[in-house]
Amino acid sequence: MWNRRQGRLRPAGCGVEELRRRRREREAALRKARREQQLVSKRLLREDALEETGGGGVATILGEAEIQQFLQLAQRGTEEKEREKALVSLRRGLQHPETQQTFIRLEGSMRTLVGLLTSNQALLQLEAARCLHELSHSEQPAVAEACLPATSYLLTYLSGHSSDFISPHMAVLEALGYALSQLLQAREAPEKIIPSVLGSTLPQHMLQLLQPGPKLSPGVAVEFAWCLHYIICSQVNNVLLITHGALSTLELLLLDLAGAVQRTEDAGLELLACPVLRGLSNLLTEAAAEDVGGQMQFGDERVVAALFILLQFFLRKQSSLLPEGLWLLNNLTANSPSFCTSLLSLDLIEPLLQLLPVSNVVGVLVLTVLCNVAEKGPAYCQQLWPGPLLHSLLDILAFSDIEVVDQSLELLQLLFLYRPEVCFLPRLPRPSCSNQGYRPWRSVRQPSSRIVCVLSRR
Amino acid sequence: MQLPPALRARLVGGPGAAEPLPVVRDPAAGRAPFRFVARKVRFPREHEFFEDGDVQRHLYLQDVLTQVAEEPQRSRVPEFTCQVAGCCQVFDTLEGYEHHYHTRHRHACSFCKRAFPSAHLLDTHILEWHDALFQILSERQDMVSVPQSPPRQRLRPAQGWVLHGGGQSWVQPVGLRLVEYQCLVEGCTEKFKTSSARKDHMVRLHLYPADFWFDKPRKSRGLATPGPCVPLSAEALGGGGEQSEGDAMEVCAAEDVAIPWGAPSESRAVAARMEKRTYSRRIPSTICFGQGAARGFKSTKKRDQRL
Repeated sequence: MWNRRQGRLRPAGCGVEELRRRRREREAALRKARREQQLVSKRLLREDALEETGGGGVATILGEAEIQQFLQLAQRGTEEKEREKALVSLRRGLQHPETQQTFIRLEGSMRTLVGLLTSNQALLQLEAARCLHELSHSEQPAVAEACLPATSYLLTYLSGHSSDFISPHMAVLEALGYALSQLLQAREAPEKIIPSVLGSTLPQHMLQLLQPGPKLSPGVAVEFAWCLHYIICSQVNNVLLITHGALSTLELLLLDLAGAVQRTEDAGLELLACPVLRGLSNLLTEAAAEDVGGQMQFGDERVVAALFILLQFFLRKQSSLLPEGLWLLNNLTANSPSFCTSLLSLDLIEPLLQLLPVSNVVGVLVLTVLCNVAEKGPAYCQQLWPGPLLHSLLDILAFSDIEVVDQSLELLQLLFLYRPEVCFLPRLPRPSCSNQGYRPWRSVRQPSSRIVCVLSRR
Repeated sequence: MQLPPALRARLVGGPGAAEPLPVVRDPAAGRAPFRFVARKVRFPREHEFFEDGDVQRHLYLQDVLTQVAEEPQRSRVPEFTCQVAGCCQVFDTLEGYEHHYHTRHRHACSFCKRAFPSAHLLDTHILEWHDALFQILSERQDMVSVPQSPPRQRLRPAQGWVLHGGGQSWVQPVGLRLVEYQCLVEGCTEKFKTSSARKDHMVRLHLYPADFWFDKPRKSRGLATPGPCVPLSAEALGGGGEQSEGDAMEVCAAEDVAIPWGAPSESRAVAARMEKRTYSRRIPSTICFGQGAARGFKSTKKRDQRL
């Protein structure tokens, strides 16, 4: 079910190195935009388009007469090529805000464009749609508003058309999900948009569209999962979502995703996994999540199994999602003896330790999860050692970031407290002031009283 | 990262929670300088923790949007003609032909050859324009609460008609609904007694613009409601803004690009004849009830002779 997705995403006609370079540039631009709180995909699209047309066909400001001429040519030209070219020229001009303003002020212009959109000439339709695409992305409210008359036609047209779609309605749903996700990212969304969304029947419909099963459409699910994430992380009324069964739906979806990985139908899967992990992790922090009963039984260890299958997948395909997966694992295990026991009984400590060297952020999260287990007392620490834990811990201590060292010491302290036998191992450094004694600590930038305390237990 | 083999089996097994090991905490655990406390973590929307995932999401969106905005790669084939009888459109790409077929032939009315964007609209069109029973019943339905001279007492009233307003007029009972105009939005199950009521509904509920190309009302003598017209302002563009008798949401031919949903595929004259719907409530002049009989219900006898 995911293969289709991949086919659509592959860009055409570029060398691999060139693709990689472009992707790195785009990634850097997106990071910058996010830090400046400007991460809106529609805006970036236009900037990209402007850059790409630089030199070849720069966005020029078109005057009223020129716009009229292009529209007339598109409408009444004798040659199909000529008509198409006229619309292409119009589209390029419409990349400029001033042209947009002129266009919408020209009487009948939108009506003509809509007329071209509904013509039976495929290429004219496409170019007209792209003109509308430009206009609809305008930051000027008057321009975007002027596009409204087209929506009825667009929806009617889409709902009856095209054999390309899995179902005629899936593309419409995906587009609606995308549009909603953009709205929900707006700055004023938590105050203005999300309350009305929550007050409507939209949440139930969204959750319905996220139910795993043969009818689950990947494209639709991705969009609505992101919608759900934006709603949840805005913290407006997550209790309501929980009563609608959001937790249960997201858990089932997680299991389904892990199943897809196992069946190696995993192309594009991370696009859906990310918002699902985020939604679950944030929802679990709600007090109402503790009382979930009658729905999917919370504490179900299949969730842990699914998460580890996904972690393995992320390590292979998208390591930037490892922190998010581990965040969920933290929220599952923090206050749950049952999930901590699952980690132990399913033999997941060693796989977890294998993630330690990936990065500092991942290392800290792995150690935090291990602390969640260790802090529950002797019965848990007995399962942690003997085992590979201590060995891995001591290995990373020598070469790690201060935060990793900090968290390792917290873990060591718990281990020594509940499993005193560990202290008598010869491998541990002795509490000596000589450099030789402190050799394992040479990478520590500043002395920590915790080091002294840990060592003093010996 | 090696996962235990039993893990996959656990995933497909039934739901179940592990029996938790006993929890016994030592107060020394949280004592300074140690500060670890197991706690769930919540991240708000703008947190930098989400940066990587957000960037991936937007890279994906850009890919999709770029594909939408890119020039389509069209593979050319030798020119060929549309095979549908009467259509001589020529194509040099398969996509172009596919699109043409879907637009012009897939949901085309076999009565009047008009094309519609969807099966739903075609079905509605056939019902409202080519179904004889619908036309007769809708004509009757039109006659609600219009004052008329009551038929002579010796004639039985048409079925369903009752006296109203102190015997001054014949009306259909308000509850009687002979035909229903279905909402044009697929999935909406609302039905209406008149096409203007349907239009109001679509404007109010589905937020269609008031000047959307809804179907034009039937021309009924006596009911002088001009109905929704299509205010085309193509004069500004110097185009042919001529308006023809439109049907709901019909797909138009290339030349009539300024009038979508409007013009039929054939010549206007032919189409106008075929789809002209004019309804008269009066007896047509060609009807005669027998030689010497006056047309209509006027009695030839003088009134005072009945006494």
